[in-house]
Amino acid sequence: MIPLSHYLTLGAILFCIAVAGIFINRKNVIVLLMAIELMLLAVNTNFVAFSRYLGDPSGQVFVFFILTVAAAEAAIGLAILVVLFRNRATINVTEIDSLKG
Amino acid sequence: MSFQLICFYAFAAVTVGAALAVVTLKSPVHAALSLVLTFFSTACLWLLADAEFLAIALVLVYVGAVMVLFLFVVMMLDLDLDPLREGFVRALPFGLLVAVVMLAEMLALIGVRSMDLQAPVDPAAAAGMSNTVWLASALFSEFLLPFEVAALILTVGIIAAIPLTLRHRTGIKAQNPSRQVRVEARDRIRVVKMQAEKPAAANQETSAP
Repeated sequence: MIPLSHYLTLGAILFCIAVAGIFINRKNVIVLLMAIELMLLAVNTNFVAFSRYLGDPSGQVFVFFILTVAAAEAAIGLAILVVLFRNRATINVTEIDSLKG
Repeated sequence: MSFQLICFYAFAAVTVGAALAVVTLKSPVHAALSLVLTFFSTACLWLLADAEFLAIALVLVYVGAVMVLFLFVVMMLDLDLDPLREGFVRALPFGLLVAVVMLAEMLALIGVRSMDLQAPVDPAAAAGMSNTVWLASALFSEFLLPFEVAALILTVGIIAAIPLTLRHRTGIKAQNPSRQVRVEARDRIRVVKMQAEKPAAANQETSAP
C-alpha cells in the first residue's frame, strides 16, 4: 500500500510547480488561470489522501466543494477574460493598467 | 515493491511531467492539453487512494467541462504570443528559487510528520458500502447546508457569466421576430391625402438646377 507521505510529496511538488508557473508566466492570464487550477488540484490530492488515511469522509466532501467553487471560478474568470479581450484586444497583464493612478 | 506502488510512481511521474509542461509550453493550447493529462493522471492516483467517486467527478467536471471551456476560449482569442513570453527567461531563476525553497520546506515538514504512515483498512469497504455511498451519507446528512450553498454558488456563477459576455451591438440590421409577429396593416402602409398635381411653374423652378 502507498504511504501517506507519497501523496503529500506529490501534492507539494504540484503546488510548487504551479507557484513557479505563476512567477515565470506572469504576463499570460490564461496560463495564470491554469496554474491556479494546478494549485487547487494539489490541495485536493492532499485532501483525498488525508481522508483515506484518517478514514474520515469530510475530506472528500471538502474536495467536492472545492471542485464546485473551482468550476464556478473558471467560468467567471474566462467570461471576464473574454470581455477583457473584446475591450482591450490583449490579455497581457502588463498592459492592463487602466486602474493605475 | 508492490504493483500499487509501481502504478503510483508511474502516474505521479506523468502528473509531474504534464504539470511542468503546463507552465513551460509556449502555446496555450498545448498547455491546456497538458493540463488535461495532469487531471487525468491525478484521477488515476485518486483511484489508487480508493476515492472512486471523486476521480470520476474530476474527469467529468474538469476534463469534460472546465478544460473544454478553456480550450474554447484559448482558440477563440486571437493571441499574439511573443509579447506574452517576454520576461520568461528573466523570471525563470527567481521562480525556480522560490519553488525549490518552498518544496524543500514542505518536504521537510512532510518527512517529520508522516514518515511511512501506512493506510488503515478502507473505511467504506469495511462498512460494506461503496465509496460513493460512503461519501453521500456524509454529504446529505452532515453537510446538507453546505451542499445547498454550493448549488447556489453554481447558479450565481451561471448568472454572472451570462451578462458578462452578453453584448448588445448597435448599428447592425437584424430582424426582430416579436415585432414582426405583432405587426398590423396600418404599420405597413400609410395612405396620405394630397393634391394629385402640383402647379407646373413651381415644379419647374425646383427641378431646374
